[in-house]
Amino acid sequence: MTDFPWLTTLGVVPLVGALAVAFVPAGRERLAKQLALFVSLLVLALTVAMAAQFEPDSTSAFQFVEQHTWIKQFGISYSLGVDGIALVLIALLAALVPVVIVASWNDAESSTHRPQTMFALFLALEGVVVFVFAATDLFLFYVAFEVMLVPVYFLIGMFGGAQRSYAAVKFLLYSLLGGLVLLVGVVALYVTSVHQLGTGTFDFTQLVGLPIATSTQRWLFVAFFFAFAVKAPMVPFHTWLPDAAAAGTPGTNTLLVGVLDKVGTFGMIRLCLPLFPDAARWAAPVVVTLAVVSVVYAALVAIGQGDMNRLVAYTSVSHFGVIVLGVFAFTRLGDSGSVFYMVAHGLSAAALFLTAGYLIRRRGSAQIAAFGGVARVAPVLAGVFLLAGLASLSLPGLASFVGELTTLVGSYQRWPVAAVISVIGIVLAAVYVLHMYKRVAQGPETDDVLGFSDLGLREAWAIGPIIVVTVVLGFFPQPVFKWVNPAVDRTLAVVGLSEPAPTVPVSGAGSNPGEQP
Amino acid sequence: MIRLVTAFETPHFSLALLAPQLVVFGAALAGILVEAFVPRRWRRSTQIVLAFAALIAAFALLITVTGDAANSLAAKGSVAIDGPALFLMGTVLVLSFVAFLLFAERRVDVSGDAFAPQGATIPGSEEEQEATRQGVTTSEVWPLAMFSVGGMLLFVSANDLLTMFVALEVLSLPLYLMTGLARRRRLLSQEAALKYFLLGAFSSAFFLFGAALLFGYSGGISFNEIAASLAATAGLDPLLLIGTGFVAVGLFFKVGAVPFQAWIPDVYQGAPTPLTGFMASCTKVAAFGAMLRLFYVALGGYRWDWRPIFWVVAILTMLVGSILAITQTDMKRMLAYSSIAQVGFILIGVLSTSEAGLSSTMFYLVAYGFATIGAFAVVSLVRNSGGEATHLSNWAGLGKRSPVLAGVFTLFLLAFAGIPLTSGFTSKFAVFEAGIAGGALPVVIVGVLASAIAAFFYVRVIVLMFFSDPAVDGPTVVVPSAFTTVALSLAVAATVLLGILPGPVLDLATNVGPFIR
Repeated sequence: MTDFPWLTTLGVVPLVGALAVAFVPAGRERLAKQLALFVSLLVLALTVAMAAQFEPDSTSAFQFVEQHTWIKQFGISYSLGVDGIALVLIALLAALVPVVIVASWNDAESSTHRPQTMFALFLALEGVVVFVFAATDLFLFYVAFEVMLVPVYFLIGMFGGAQRSYAAVKFLLYSLLGGLVLLVGVVALYVTSVHQLGTGTFDFTQLVGLPIATSTQRWLFVAFFFAFAVKAPMVPFHTWLPDAAAAGTPGTNTLLVGVLDKVGTFGMIRLCLPLFPDAARWAAPVVVTLAVVSVVYAALVAIGQGDMNRLVAYTSVSHFGVIVLGVFAFTRLGDSGSVFYMVAHGLSAAALFLTAGYLIRRRGSAQIAAFGGVARVAPVLAGVFLLAGLASLSLPGLASFVGELTTLVGSYQRWPVAAVISVIGIVLAAVYVLHMYKRVAQGPETDDVLGFSDLGLREAWAIGPIIVVTVVLGFFPQPVFKWVNPAVDRTLAVVGLSEPAPTVPVSGAGSNPGEQP
Repeated sequence: MIRLVTAFETPHFSLALLAPQLVVFGAALAGILVEAFVPRRWRRSTQIVLAFAALIAAFALLITVTGDAANSLAAKGSVAIDGPALFLMGTVLVLSFVAFLLFAERRVDVSGDAFAPQGATIPGSEEEQEATRQGVTTSEVWPLAMFSVGGMLLFVSANDLLTMFVALEVLSLPLYLMTGLARRRRLLSQEAALKYFLLGAFSSAFFLFGAALLFGYSGGISFNEIAASLAATAGLDPLLLIGTGFVAVGLFFKVGAVPFQAWIPDVYQGAPTPLTGFMASCTKVAAFGAMLRLFYVALGGYRWDWRPIFWVVAILTMLVGSILAITQTDMKRMLAYSSIAQVGFILIGVLSTSEAGLSSTMFYLVAYGFATIGAFAVVSLVRNSGGEATHLSNWAGLGKRSPVLAGVFTLFLLAFAGIPLTSGFTSKFAVFEAGIAGGALPVVIVGVLASAIAAFFYVRVIVLMFFSDPAVDGPTVVVPSAFTTVALSLAVAATVLLGILPGPVLDLATNVGPFIR
């Protein structure tokens, strides 16, 4: 089965499914939804089957490799392959799409557009994002990176709230600007490869280790990093996310923040670091500063939000700061931790967006002030909401705790001050989550929430698996680390910074190994 | 120095090489005879059959000119039949074929085709109404258009300044005439024709003056002689400097580069829409073809002096085109400004002065030509009682009323914006790559910024079509005859194919070889 084109299958099945769902005739909406769910579960099953064959200890950088010439004039090939990092993110994607489909079952009915369109767009997005994570050809990566915008744009613009048109355009323009800057970088890297190798190539494995001149490398790094910082998003390029989240449906937000924005941090660790190691070391202080600013600033802004979706969006900006800090720690713990945190945050953001979506759908408003005392009327719903919030504030025993802790500890080894300041983010997280929960669920019930039904069966089926996985990974994170560590080691070997030795005082000799040159 | 003819020798014309052009010119002349001798009711159909037969025959003859026959001079060195010439001539023929399909359409307008029944009647007069009632058609446009196509074929293959000037006039004069022949809004159309004629005559004069100065500088009019003189001179020669500037003005006017773009919006808006499509695509192919040959072959040795001018013009063209397009409220004017911006992008390929520059420019022209004809074809189908409903507000909600047409238009807009998997992306990628390799990184960066600006107004139209509610008394989308349907299908197919599988055409553009000298 090693010759089986796993990754192409994973990408093409949802795309074909999207087409099929889009062409389900009017009046058969239920069939369309069932078909979409079936396709997404099929993709999940395929992902599990593929992951089962993944060999973490393999010596080759990429597995399930496929390579075909695409446009030979530019050295472009259709090359796919995954390492541990890409694999866990594809797994996250495959897990979240069925959840989103179940959770969004009735969300399209309030719009003037066909439900078929919405579910087809979910599947199309899944297919394209698989190619983003699996591409080992920079051109293919770029194409998927840009095409990915189209389904999200329509998801926000067609099915969102009142400000959806504005939010969709803002999202698209920010992303396009980032993408076009990335395009300059990609083309310039290609031209550099022409000079260095004789023939130009976009093949990631050939581009890694190119001896690029210092100034060129820095410019290229800036171009790549800018695109990923917009996508992630980091302060000061983050303002599109709260607007998009406020306008998007819960399902869209889950995929947007849970998976799509991970492309930004994925791009940093998979492309920026190995392709431009010297420039990454050169830029790290600035990047780390931006990351810390993101952590603290976004958390502070989150406290002041009155809209639940905007609040969750700001918490995500804050958490992305932690992830970026971990990526640029250049330590095994920090980088592996940040990849783990990408997964954990995908789950916690999904849980929070979906449960908030349940509440918003019942109340018809996303304003926190419009709720009160939900716990008395719908105790299970309120409990799940609390659990999702606790996952976001990294309660020990949940996956995000493992991610956040390892990331911060790993960052401390390289950037102690930045890591310490970032811990403030955890404290602030407790403030904004518990403050929101208090205002929504505690206290006397208001008249508006009296009619709330408790968590329904379909809703429970959507949110249940996320919570289960969050708890399981919180206690048993080892499988993910086992997949991710070899890939992170390979990346860090290219970056070439030695692991900072722990500064434990050695008894007797009095010398500190950490200070050895 | 100037050589005097001492003895008359019969010129050897190499008719086989000139056959495609001769067929087109022959068909144009035959078309005039058709006007004179064929009864009125048969005239139009005879002209259509004649024109399409001539285009197909010319293309077939073009394909047979390969191997050793290609890469030789014909007509005593006045015409160069080399790889680029063949490629560009083929492009002109194919694009003319598609554009002529729109010329032949007569179902979208209740009263006939897109052209005035009788150009000589006063707009709104009794005679005009009488002519419309009798179903008179201006079948003269067919021979006029064929003359224009013949001029374009000659323009891209002209190898001396005089032939180039004659070709310029042969292609332009019929366009001036046809611009004034719109069936609806005839005053606007006639005003556009007058503007086009006056400014066009002015720019032709510039070109001719520049050609005279270059003749004075080098003592010859053929490109080889100018190139040879360049190799022999050191330092700046005022005749060369001013002559180069003046011929550049003539060609910049023809392609519509800033600051010689002012006529484009008025003419594109006023001209009958099928003709606008023809002008926007074929004329640009021809003018860029001539520009490439003149500046690569004759003035190639002088490129270090003219490239800075091209840098400035390219940057201005991209920025002015993109920014002014945002302010437009008329669809045809918006597309006109967008085509100005596209000219700036094509200029990046030209100013690269390399083989990659040549091939990327030619590829861009093919991709752009198809998308442009397609976009104007869509414009011709959205109508109300007064003819085409070109005001942007009329397009609101078009996606709900006729999703297929709006989808097709979206495809063309995405191609103009350079979104991956459309032809626009591949072509932008090609010129950016050539530009960076040619040391024009600043221009490419401006190009990227301009793309982001341009994306804004393309996306705005998409938003308008898909996310806005349709106006109550909105326009109707007419169902066209097979002519427009085939033209649109060809444009869509080319836009998608050149985006996904650009290999064959890129191959062709890359392997045509250099210009012969």
